[in-house]
Amino acid sequence: MAVVAACPQPDAAVAAIELEEVCLGWRDKMAVRDLTGRFIKGSLTAVVGPNGAGKSTLLRGIMGWVSPLAGRIRLSGDANEMPAFMPQQGDFDRSFPISTRDFVAMGAWRRVGPWRAFSSAERDRLEEALQAVGLADFGRRPLATLSGGQLQRALFARLMLHDADIYMLDEPFSAVDRATTDDLMELLLEWNGRNKTVIVVLHDLDLVRRHFPQTLLLAGQGVAWGDTCNVLTPENLHLARHLCAGDYL
Amino acid sequence: MNGIDALYLPFTEFGFMRRALAGSVALALAAGPLGVFLILRRMSLMGDAMAHAILPGVAVGFLTAGLSLTAMTIGGMITGLAVALLAAAVARLTPQREDASFAAFYLVSLGVGVLLISLRGGNMELLHVLFGTVLGLDDAALLLVSATSSITLLVLAVIFRPLVLECLDPLFLRSESRMGPVVHVVFLLLLVMTLVAGFQVLGTLMVVGIMMLPAAAARFWAVTAIGQMALAAVGGAFASYAGLLFSYYANVPASPAIILSAGIVYFLSVAFGLQGGLWQVAKQARARSLRLSRISERD
Repeated sequence: MAVVAACPQPDAAVAAIELEEVCLGWRDKMAVRDLTGRFIKGSLTAVVGPNGAGKSTLLRGIMGWVSPLAGRIRLSGDANEMPAFMPQQGDFDRSFPISTRDFVAMGAWRRVGPWRAFSSAERDRLEEALQAVGLADFGRRPLATLSGGQLQRALFARLMLHDADIYMLDEPFSAVDRATTDDLMELLLEWNGRNKTVIVVLHDLDLVRRHFPQTLLLAGQGVAWGDTCNVLTPENLHLARHLCAGDYL
Repeated sequence: MNGIDALYLPFTEFGFMRRALAGSVALALAAGPLGVFLILRRMSLMGDAMAHAILPGVAVGFLTAGLSLTAMTIGGMITGLAVALLAAAVARLTPQREDASFAAFYLVSLGVGVLLISLRGGNMELLHVLFGTVLGLDDAALLLVSATSSITLLVLAVIFRPLVLECLDPLFLRSESRMGPVVHVVFLLLLVMTLVAGFQVLGTLMVVGIMMLPAAAARFWAVTAIGQMALAAVGGAFASYAGLLFSYYANVPASPAIILSAGIVYFLSVAFGLQGGLWQVAKQARARSLRLSRISERD
C-alpha cells in the first residue's frame, strides 16, 4: 500500500545510505512506514514533506538514535564513520554561557575528543571556518548574543570542522533571512562539490527546485524519491498533504 | 583588638573555628562549580531534591550505628543514588516529567528520614543531621569533605568538555560519541557525593545553599561556564568565611549564617551584577531613553 519510492539512479553509482523497507517510530506511533531507496554517494538531496511527515525521525533513524521497527538502514564505507548532524535551533540551549569560537570548536570533537589539546593546525581550521561563514569578528561574542542568522552561520562553521562524508541538516534555513540562506546554500553546494553526501530537511520548495538535484518527498511514507523535477509535481504534493492530513482525521 | 585583627583572630585563637573554615571552604570550592552545572542544565531543584533524598540513608546509618560518619555516609550515598535512578525511571516510563517525580520522591524521603531519626534520637540528633555540625568537625569529617571536594574538582576537569556538550547540545554529543549517558551518571555521582560530605558540615537542609546561591550569583558576573565556576567557588568560600565570622561575633548558629552570607552575595549580584544585574539594566534603559529624546529634539 505504500506509494514508493523508485530510485532512478544508475546501478553503477555507489549508495552512501541504503534503506530497505524501513519503519521508524516511537512506541505505538509510526512516523515513517516502508521506506525503500538510497542516497547516492556525493548526492545532494532535499527531504521535504508536511509537518509530521517523519523527516526529522528519518534523520534520527539514519543517525542510529531511533532503531528501525522493521527493515534495515545501511551506511556504506567506514561503519564507524557517523554522518555529521546539524540539529534544529530549538534542539540546543542557545543561552549557554560559551563564546562563539568555543561553540564552533566543538566541531573538531572527532579529532580532539574530550581531552586532547587544540593544535595550531586545528586552530587555523577553526579561524578559517569562522571566516568562511562570515563570523571572523564574532569569535569572542557570547553565543547568547548572536542573532538567529548568525547562530545558523555558527552551526555551519561547526559542521565545517567535521571530516564526515555524509552531512545531514535538519531545517537549517527555517530561522534565517534570504541573504543568510544564500550564503549558507553556497557552502552546502561547495561541500557537495567535494563529493560529500548532503541531506537537508527543507520547507522552501523554491529553494529545493533551484539547488537540489534530488528530492525525497515524505508523508509518513515515501511519496516519491528521485530527480527533483519528477518528485515535486502538483499530484505528488497533493498526495503528500492528503496522506498527512489523514493522520488527524 | 583593632578592626583588622577582628577579621582573623577568631580563627587563630580557636581550633574549632579553623576546622570550621577549612571544612566549609573545601565544601564550597566543589559545591559552587557543581551548582553552576545544575543551573545550566535547568536542574536547580534537583540539588534540593538530592539533598533530601540522602536523608533516609543517613537515618538508617544513624539507627544502626549512632552518629557514625561511615555508616551515615554510606547510607546517604545509597538512598541518594536510588532516588536519582527511581525518579529518572518514573520520568522515562510514565508521562510525568522529571522535576515532578523528583519532587515527589524527595518529599517522601524527607518524611521517612525525619521519622527514622526520631525513632532513636532526640531533637539534638535531628538538628545535627538537618543543620550540620560545622563548629564540631572532627578529623574524619574534615578528611571526608576535603577528599570528596578534591575528587569532585578533578573529575569535573576530566569530564568538562563532554559535560558542557551534554548541557549545551546533547544531540550533537550523541552524534559524536556515546559518552553522554556516562557523563550524566558521573555528574549525578559527584552531586550525591558532595551533598553527603556536605551534610556533615552544613546539614542536609543547608548544604544546597552553598551549592546554588554562589552559582546563581556568578551568573551575573561571568559570561563563560569556566568563569562562572571559578566565581561560584570563590564566592562560596568567601560566604563561608564571612558567615563564620558573623556567627562568632553575633553568637548565632554557624550554618544558617553561612547560607545567609551566600544569600547576601546573591542579592548584591542581582542588584549590581555586570551581566544583566538590575542596576546595569536600569542604567542602559536610561541611556537609551536619553538617546531617543535627543533624537526627537533634533527633529
